Amino acid sequence: MIQERFDAIVVGAGMAGNAAALTMAERGMKVLQLERGEYAGSKNVQGAILYADMMEKLIPDFREDAPLERHLVEQRFWMMDDRSHVGMHYRSEDFNEERPNRYTIIRAQFDKWFSSKVREAGATVLYETTATELVRDNYGKVRGVRTDRRDGEIQADVVVLAEGVNGLLGTRAGLRARPTPDKVALAVKEMHFLPRETIEARFNLKDDEGVVIEAAGTISRGMTGMGFIYANKESISLGIGCLVADFQRTGETPYGLLDHFKKHPSVASLIAGSEVKEYSAHLIPEGGYRAIPQLYGEGWVVVGDAAQFNNAVHREGSNLAMTSGRIAAEAISQVKSRRDGMTAKNLSLYKKMLDESFVIKDLKKYKDLPRLMHTNCQSFFLTYPQLVSRAMQNFVRVDGTPKVDKEKVTIKSFVKARSWTGLFGDAVRFARAWR
Amino acid sequence: MNAEQSVRVEDKLYYNRYLVDVGRPHVKVRRHTTPSPQLLALLRACPARCYELNDKGQVEVAVDGCIECGTCRVIAEPTGDIEWNYPRGGYGVLFKFG
Repeated sequence: MIQERFDAIVVGAGMAGNAAALTMAERGMKVLQLERGEYAGSKNVQGAILYADMMEKLIPDFREDAPLERHLVEQRFWMMDDRSHVGMHYRSEDFNEERPNRYTIIRAQFDKWFSSKVREAGATVLYETTATELVRDNYGKVRGVRTDRRDGEIQADVVVLAEGVNGLLGTRAGLRARPTPDKVALAVKEMHFLPRETIEARFNLKDDEGVVIEAAGTISRGMTGMGFIYANKESISLGIGCLVADFQRTGETPYGLLDHFKKHPSVASLIAGSEVKEYSAHLIPEGGYRAIPQLYGEGWVVVGDAAQFNNAVHREGSNLAMTSGRIAAEAISQVKSRRDGMTAKNLSLYKKMLDESFVIKDLKKYKDLPRLMHTNCQSFFLTYPQLVSRAMQNFVRVDGTPKVDKEKVTIKSFVKARSWTGLFGDAVRFARAWR
Repeated sequence: MNAEQSVRVEDKLYYNRYLVDVGRPHVKVRRHTTPSPQLLALLRACPARCYELNDKGQVEVAVDGCIECGTCRVIAEPTGDIEWNYPRGGYGVLFKFG
């Protein structure tokens, strides 16, 4: 279909793909980007929060025309049992700064805008085009992709696989493993629309201020998972996700979990009277550092979710995607400017540069946490939230019981549920994994 | 069976926009007489409830409401129980918000 040859083909127009395509196009490379959706973002699902620093590194003045929802001034963590939540709220006026640090966004709208910047930078972007296969030469070097268009083979010196967590190309070509049920979470989400003033009143906001709520506890019914509630301008993104392996094991349904979350008294009042306009689902890479695949090879690199770049502890994904896409593009353009071939040896520069960035450093820091969370999910997501909640109620309810007795009851309930060794073991394991 | 059964996924999918590629389903179930545990897991794990049991006790898939998350691929592609592809370019779910 396209006879001309490209310097690079980018598969996918999500955060990683757009970052890569933009960076290479800006450096004068001849870039083709393929996106299977009708427009960039039509297949993409995220919470979603945008981290300004990583975006600024790509488009310094993005705030001028990017479709942003609210800048975040408050973060809430909720530990939930069936009728209550114990919360930690952090709110600071410092976040009402000239160049805010984090925003809520709506991915379909944001990605469309991001994609327009990629086109402006000179990349050719083909929508409604599914890349079906990597094309390799006799020596196994990747030299392009096959698409579902007629005569759909296109050639390039290097292919950037930004095909997302469920990317088919790389796994089919044997470049990386298909994600396994214990390394991906399934999140389901709804978009709840409410008048702006209602959202601002319910979340205690003014102007474009925003709030995120991350919630864990009995809402995941003993599975490894979390719920989230993000305030947008005129909508609330609300969702919950758990490990696919846990869904498989328990037979819980994702929509059942979501509806249960919505009906929780702490949540129901926030979305009362809202109009739901979309229901979506997406896989989230949860394997962490140990699940990162080979990142480069003969004529290819892999970036973003496809490379399992997600920091589950800090709920960061899109910024790792953007950063890995940008760094891959910088490495590729360096190789090209030296007039070197896109060999595995030369492309190893990408990994070298990435190792120096927060992407790998952060994932490395938490390399043992996924395993701990997955093996101890009952205690972390069911037992402890219930215990903490009961302890809090015991603490605040005034009923004539002497405080000494109250404390004894609380301590007893913890020991009874987990035993002294269990409690101590959990604390040590958690501290070790966190360090 | 329990409260979950009362959640109507069909109503949720109705909010979404789809361009259905009629006659070209992107996910297929391998022929079987008795479903494997993996196939049975899809009846409950699929967030769009695309998988249903037919009256012969076999698992069937209807992809019209598929939201392309890949959960079924992760669970049942390795065993060969399903064949998973992306829809053709432009087809399938089209998120307005995402």
